[in-house]
Amino acid sequence: MEINSSSMADIAFLLLTYFLMTTTMDQHSGLRRQLPPPVTGEVENQQINERNIIIVRINSLDRLFAGGQPMDVSMLKDKIKEFLLNPNDDPSLPEKKMTYIEGFGDYPVSSGVISLQNDRSTTYKAYIEVQNEIVKAINEIRDDFSVRNWGLPYSRLDEERQRIVRDAIPQQISEAEPKDVTGGR
Amino acid sequence: MAKFGRKDKNKMPGVNTSSLPDIVFMVLFFFMVTTSMRTTEIKVTVRLPEASEAVKLDRKDLTSYIYIGTPILSMQAQYGNDVQIQLNDSYKTVSDIGDFIASARESMSESDRQLMTTALRVDEYARMGTVTDVKQELRRCYALKIMYSARKPH
Repeated sequence: MEINSSSMADIAFLLLTYFLMTTTMDQHSGLRRQLPPPVTGEVENQQINERNIIIVRINSLDRLFAGGQPMDVSMLKDKIKEFLLNPNDDPSLPEKKMTYIEGFGDYPVSSGVISLQNDRSTTYKAYIEVQNEIVKAINEIRDDFSVRNWGLPYSRLDEERQRIVRDAIPQQISEAEPKDVTGGR
Repeated sequence: MAKFGRKDKNKMPGVNTSSLPDIVFMVLFFFMVTTSMRTTEIKVTVRLPEASEAVKLDRKDLTSYIYIGTPILSMQAQYGNDVQIQLNDSYKTVSDIGDFIASARESMSESDRQLMTTALRVDEYARMGTVTDVKQELRRCYALKIMYSARKPH
């Protein structure tokens, strides 16, 4: 005597539909950041050479200012690339320090720091959009560097070479201490 | 009847469906394995902003989530529609983040604690003021690895 298994398909379909409905296919992705440790005691004013810093500011109306001039988000990437690469050794753009990178040799590493400032009423959307452009600029520089040296984009390099690229082109984004850049609440 | 009879003569053999349950079971097991049951009920509406450079989160088990957004419709009668911070299952204030992080740390093994990431799932129209307060509090508790959750555009 055999059990009739023709309803098996129906049962399986039922369960399948249940899991299809409840499953969450949301990918967890985002932009990684390392926050600076809390400031203890007095705030020491770190002396950074003025040429080595670019201030990217988003005001309360989500308008963007980079290096003091208003600009559109779409222009930010090129501005950041120019700032970090400084191809003509412009004295107003960041200096490069010859640094020894293990496994690679000496490389002029830019000492540029991107300082990101925002207002309390900046929307998160605008903030992420700007963060994304900055990351995109750095990623493109890294890709250029790795293609020049190994003929492969950064994402396809092995662990060791990725470290070399990260050392040669560091991601120096400083998320400033909160302050009202446009005043008011 | 003649019509049916004629059709029967050069009829194609029907598709054998006996393997259908097996196929369905296979798909079923796939979904059972990949599905992640949501442990916390989300009580704020969060529409993540888009970011093309977003990277995947590699260790989901070492991540704690902070949701920031306006309350969902059914909660608005009670809480209004001001932006709320959700930790675990309920609305909390910035000062509760310390406890939240401490208990998340507690549940991890010693070696995993440095790898702990806090994912900020923030609605795209939330204001940075709230986010900055949360960030300052996270710095105070030395939860320095953070992730701004974002969608990858298709």
